Amino acid sequence: MDSQHEGTAPASPPQTSRSETTLRVNGKPHTLTVDHRRVLLDLLREDLGLAGAKKGCDHGQCGACTVLVDGRRVNSCLLFAVALDGCEITTVEGLAGDGEELHPMQRAFLERDAFQCGYCTPGQICSAIGVLAEAAAGHPSHVTDPAAPSGEPVPLVREEIRERLSGNICRCGAYPRIADAVEDVIP
Amino acid sequence: MTGTETVLGAPVERREGQEKVTGTARYAAEYDSPGRAQAWPVPAAVARGRVTGVDPAPALAMPGVLAVLTHENAPRLGKPDDPTLALLQSPHVPHRGWFVGLVVAETLEAARAGAAAVRVTYEAEGHDVTLTAAHPEAYVPESANGGFPAVTEHGDPEGAFASSATRVDVEYRVPPLHNHPMEPHTSTAQWDGDRLTVHSSSQGTSAVRTELARMFEMPEDRITVLAEHVGGGFGSKGTPRPEVVLAAMAARETGRPVTVALPRRYLPAVVGHRAPTRHRLRLGADAGGRLTSLTHEVTTHTSRVKEFVEQAAVPARVMYAAPALRTAHRVVRLDVPTPSWMRAPGECPGMYALESAVDELATELGMDPVELRIRNEPETEPDSGKPFSSRHLVECLREGARRFGWEGRDPRPRSRAAGPLLIGSGVAAATYPVLVSPCAASARALPDGGFLVRVNATDIGTGARTVCAQVAADALGVPLDRVRIEVADSDIGFAPMAGGSSGTASWGWAVHEACVRLTGRLAEHAGPLPDEGIAADADTSGTADAESSYARHAFGAHFAEVTVDTVTGEVRVTRLLGVFAAGRILNARTARSQFVGGMTMGLGMALTEDSTVDPAFGDFAESDLASYHVPAHADVAAVEAHWVDEEDAHLNPMGSKGIGEIGIVGSAAAVGNAVHHATGIRFRELPLTPDRVLTGLLEHEHPAGMLGT
Amino acid sequence: MKPFAYVRAGTVEEATDAFAAHPGARYLGGGTNLVDLMKLGVETPAALVDITRLPLDAVEELPDGALRVGAMVRNSDLAAHPAVRDRYPALSQALLAGASGQLRNAATTGGNLLQRTRCPYFQDLSKPCNKREPGTGCGALEGVHRDHAVLGHSEQCIATHPSDMAVALAALGARVELHGPEGTRSVPAADFHRLPGPHPERDTEIHPGELITGVVLPSATAGLPSAYRKARDRASYAFALASVAVVLHMRDGVVDRAGIAFGALAHRPWRARRAEDALVGAAPTTAAFEHAVDLELAAAEPLRDNAYKVPLARRLALDVLGRLAPPATT
Repeated sequence: MDSQHEGTAPASPPQTSRSETTLRVNGKPHTLTVDHRRVLLDLLREDLGLAGAKKGCDHGQCGACTVLVDGRRVNSCLLFAVALDGCEITTVEGLAGDGEELHPMQRAFLERDAFQCGYCTPGQICSAIGVLAEAAAGHPSHVTDPAAPSGEPVPLVREEIRERLSGNICRCGAYPRIADAVEDVIP
Repeated sequence: MTGTETVLGAPVERREGQEKVTGTARYAAEYDSPGRAQAWPVPAAVARGRVTGVDPAPALAMPGVLAVLTHENAPRLGKPDDPTLALLQSPHVPHRGWFVGLVVAETLEAARAGAAAVRVTYEAEGHDVTLTAAHPEAYVPESANGGFPAVTEHGDPEGAFASSATRVDVEYRVPPLHNHPMEPHTSTAQWDGDRLTVHSSSQGTSAVRTELARMFEMPEDRITVLAEHVGGGFGSKGTPRPEVVLAAMAARETGRPVTVALPRRYLPAVVGHRAPTRHRLRLGADAGGRLTSLTHEVTTHTSRVKEFVEQAAVPARVMYAAPALRTAHRVVRLDVPTPSWMRAPGECPGMYALESAVDELATELGMDPVELRIRNEPETEPDSGKPFSSRHLVECLREGARRFGWEGRDPRPRSRAAGPLLIGSGVAAATYPVLVSPCAASARALPDGGFLVRVNATDIGTGARTVCAQVAADALGVPLDRVRIEVADSDIGFAPMAGGSSGTASWGWAVHEACVRLTGRLAEHAGPLPDEGIAADADTSGTADAESSYARHAFGAHFAEVTVDTVTGEVRVTRLLGVFAAGRILNARTARSQFVGGMTMGLGMALTEDSTVDPAFGDFAESDLASYHVPAHADVAAVEAHWVDEEDAHLNPMGSKGIGEIGIVGSAAAVGNAVHHATGIRFRELPLTPDRVLTGLLEHEHPAGMLGT
Repeated sequence: MKPFAYVRAGTVEEATDAFAAHPGARYLGGGTNLVDLMKLGVETPAALVDITRLPLDAVEELPDGALRVGAMVRNSDLAAHPAVRDRYPALSQALLAGASGQLRNAATTGGNLLQRTRCPYFQDLSKPCNKREPGTGCGALEGVHRDHAVLGHSEQCIATHPSDMAVALAALGARVELHGPEGTRSVPAADFHRLPGPHPERDTEIHPGELITGVVLPSATAGLPSAYRKARDRASYAFALASVAVVLHMRDGVVDRAGIAFGALAHRPWRARRAEDALVGAAPTTAAFEHAVDLELAAAEPLRDNAYKVPLARRLALDVLGRLAPPATT
């Protein structure tokens, strides 16, 4: 389907280094023949024109590329697209509702001025959405009291938010505002 | 916003906010076009020497590789103003990581694989990358960054120091630091005949255009540089950096649009760093705590490529009333990457050292450090003798102390603990100069009742388009939503970069003037507006840059509370509170974010950020974001910024001072002073990582206390 | 990164067969380290055998009370698993002290064990590294090595193993289950990683083509008090400067069983057997703890820039021991 970029490569590498892969991205299926080396981040940005996920380090060290794969937040720079055949991908572009309505997390970031340059923002927002789901599912964090009951939702106090979002670096230093925004969205 | 009375200063939402939270804001790598190619540089693998051979064949044999550019085949370029941009012009390798090649390919994967396949051989020479205060090649430069004289002296600092009742003679060290904006340096270049269009991750498009015109030997009006959204810069994108030259070169050679997005690992060597500084401070005071002598001497490094001297002794020329005052810079040329601007160059490391030494003096005197600073308030700027246009440092200190709850603090070190945690608090002052540059702008009234304001500002996260629109609405006397604004396009006109905390003052001044002129024209105009509207231009050359008879600086005060874990030596900042006097605050919302952001970067400088020059290999040992520790969410607890209302008629039409940098100035000293209060130990080298702090604690303690319980 | 073939395996046998059929193959799990190293050019596999869809994603109770963790169980799921949190808290804590939420969601149990050192010289192809390219030398020895080993290092290599999880596994007495051409076997987690000696290119005892299928947490340490503590340069999302995992069982006022392992001190999680032996039978006093830990750390040989690691590890261990068994008296 979205293989219009294939034509730009004059000399195809050996067949064994490319495979057809189908991903559902923001609800829409995309079948592409991908270079095995292509990571999800580059597929989104270069093949699908979804540049919301950002490349800050390309090595899983900054979180700017965070997207949701099958509902879980991950670094899209470290996932080979070919290995994600059949997966459901949600990027920052797919968060808003149909009628241009912002996702509550996007709205909260806007209202709290939870960003400056905006480069880490899509990753922060996807990560924060993942955090809400993880805490609700009872996933503990480094700062969760070890004596807290297993399997029960973890209250997202400020310290929990900060720890859980630590995989998203913000060089502009918007952290306090980001924590404010996440607090606004906690159910 | 509908009213116009409060538009200037109002907490207006960012104009580009919606795009940033939905992922539609486009950055320099995100301008795709048919045939767009990707390029990957090849960094030098020796610390000093020359390239003796390049074999591009393995790379060229790879599918998708379009070209391999090296000094052997790259086009000869005109001499740049900045010698770090003379790329692929000679086999000379001035430092490890210097680019010796560029691979252009159809895809990112092919470009990276191609770059890895290029075979480069070198003739390596011995290197020296180690800065010492007593380095035999240290010299006094003609001037330091910003054009400041390298040395100033008033009175007899030596004699006054020797006869002072109380003396502090200490050395402080700040390591190299890296800006590491979240968006790596990126440019996308495209030639259309003899026209060049570049999307560049830059803090200022005018400077990029000027340099490209010089290097590609073409008139500026055939070059357009755009920077619609920029993922941070903090000084490292203040002038063109290697990627924009490489992109333009590769696009011309291949006839394709080319994107060069520098890999994060390559940034430390090629886009600048805060140079390491060695400080010696000698403070003498009388029994009443009045400074009798102040000497701040700095030794720093620069590269063989060009001289950049971190002006770290300059803030001592502004801060305190000392009848004898000496400030001096020395620099050593080493085989290191070229240093450059990082948020508050000079003031940031300088005030870390000075404000730490002032805290030491307070301890020696047994005086409250807030009171000591107030006691040494100068009547006029100590170095120049000029009156201050406004100076509300004392108000910042007092307001900060009130908000922080400084009163009643037990000044004794190690007076507070909670289990294994020692708790302390500290204070430091901040200063940053008021800078402003000429700028062009235009304003047009449109028949539909709207206004179009154009100014070549760059919004690197500061909220520039928002605040410039506020300035326009205020000057025009119209609601903010009637003002449309266009920025970040070199075709708009010349403008200074977003840097030196001068952007808003410079762009805003021009916008204000254009809007005032337009208002005048509209007043003279009768009847409906013509289809094209009515426009007015402004150019603040000669006014914005006119010499002021006032010393103009912003001031501030930081208060920090820390915990020090006696088990591990881990330091955490539990509270950081800043109060600033920076003229009129033009957007309370975005200004607070900038102050807090600067303070947070100062927290990182104090605790986590450290680049180490590798003596064996000549580069920085911390080349990625796993090893260079930018503070994470968990490091940043309560950071709050406040400001005092400051009226200053000697600045610009808006009455503003810059706010982008003062947040980082002094914050690391406040943290360090708090660590001293917590532990009773003076750590004089940053950052305060567990290895240093634990070693200090061990030297301080009896072994019996090691359980930490 | 060189082009590579890609094979998705549905069963363990398919995986090992595919590995055998593709010279230069590597298994692909969560990829958080392998993809990173491939981008750096440190790893150059000719083929990847994708094992993420193998049926090894369960945490199951074994009849003897042990807990088997499938190799494909993600780090975040393992840390959150009630049986792990309740019975092996040190493991849950170690996992949560490592990396970031995103990385833990991708990283697998098997992959975590097989992650490679973060030594900057190993990661930089332009510098010598005996681990990456035997015989080229050790760049870190002369270079910057504040983060490097103080125990068990060799002239060839001073790198440390970066895993937090593996430290807890070593202390808890876990075993690593392997499947390969020769059949299946299991190795104690504490012995799974090697010391560098003259062959730092070999990180572990795994044989070529072998696949980690799971990790078994023994019943012997199930439910015992255990904890993990780590010191690092920033409050989160940083590798350890030093860390310790401790499991302690008290009976009749004396230590009945102790498991202690240090992280970030050596080329492998450092099981502190000397300290363990010294503690068994001893009353939990500060003096006994200090004696035991000092006995272990006496073997430390710090380098020019990392002497701080010894007292840091010492204090971490004493702190955790003290928490698990509050000393009655000194």
